[in-house]
Amino acid sequence: MTELLDFLRSPWPWYVGGPLIGLTVPLLLWLGNKPFGISSNLRHACAILLPDRAKPGFFKYNWRAEKWNLMFAAGLVLGGFVAGVLLANPEPARLSAAGVRSIQELGVQVRPGLVPAELADPGNPGVWLLLAVSGLLVGFGTRYGGGCTSGHAITGLATLQGPSLIATVSFFAGGILSANLLLPLFLTVIR
Amino acid sequence: MTSNPSPHIPGVHAEPSSSARTATGLLAYLLVGLSFGIVLVKSEAASWYRIQEMFRFESFHMFGLIGSAVLTGLVTTAMLRRSGVKSRDGQTIRVTDKEKGWRRYVFGGLTFGVGWGLAGVCPGPIFTLLGAGVWPMLVVLLFALLGTWAYGALQTRLPH
Repeated sequence: MTELLDFLRSPWPWYVGGPLIGLTVPLLLWLGNKPFGISSNLRHACAILLPDRAKPGFFKYNWRAEKWNLMFAAGLVLGGFVAGVLLANPEPARLSAAGVRSIQELGVQVRPGLVPAELADPGNPGVWLLLAVSGLLVGFGTRYGGGCTSGHAITGLATLQGPSLIATVSFFAGGILSANLLLPLFLTVIR
Repeated sequence: MTSNPSPHIPGVHAEPSSSARTATGLLAYLLVGLSFGIVLVKSEAASWYRIQEMFRFESFHMFGLIGSAVLTGLVTTAMLRRSGVKSRDGQTIRVTDKEKGWRRYVFGGLTFGVGWGLAGVCPGPIFTLLGAGVWPMLVVLLFALLGTWAYGALQTRLPH
């Protein structure tokens, strides 16, 4: 019994997780011709929340037809609870030696969990700023670019779409820049 | 989708009421989301540590994960389309093409990427981490909504 629990709590190698992520594309197509993409939900949420007269045209559409995606997002929350709380991995992620070193250089300790305590510290106003700026850019950039990792990197590349390749290369370039230059700078300032 | 008039085909029973069908249909998406959320956590794609490691090219893990996801999606989607199987609700399977162009993909992609590297979360993990009890993600979600609204407000003034 404990062995089974240990098994359920342990993380999966990439070659198990990757194919399961990829299968989401044909699965959603088969279920109802749905394009797999998560960031559209942010648009749907705005379309629901904004009062009609204050709505830019971008949010004037029939969001009710996209309820399936909001259900998908609700499922993501539930999945996070099942895997991240009920079956949480008690060990820290098994990073490479180089990865551990870089993270410690950022002033962050590698502990069990998905997000380090240093970045979840509500007592530090700098952390709030980091999370807010990050969220703002993610929300703005995904709609401007028409998708995120799921819509472009997974769905778009898997269906051989040129625009998705441009978007994927661009958001990796942005991520490399910010993880290597902006984040260290940010963390030095807010600490 | 549900607008096609119900044809009277001899021997075929009337379709079940559409609201019942939508409800069970929506439940299916909840379940797919649930399993996808589990995969995001178990494969550590929702881990801040793994994202940092990826952007510094210090491990193969995330590249193997995304690479094998794309490859699997490519092969299985091509097979599904070639097989001529209809979707569960009887439609021909089709993939909507992304709009042509490059500006929005470069500028939007870069913006999203910078945000992704900062807090280490893309939209999927924002939801999944909330479920995992990482409350600071509420701040990220709130500001992501604000960012989405800002795009909607500025859309016509941005190069696309």
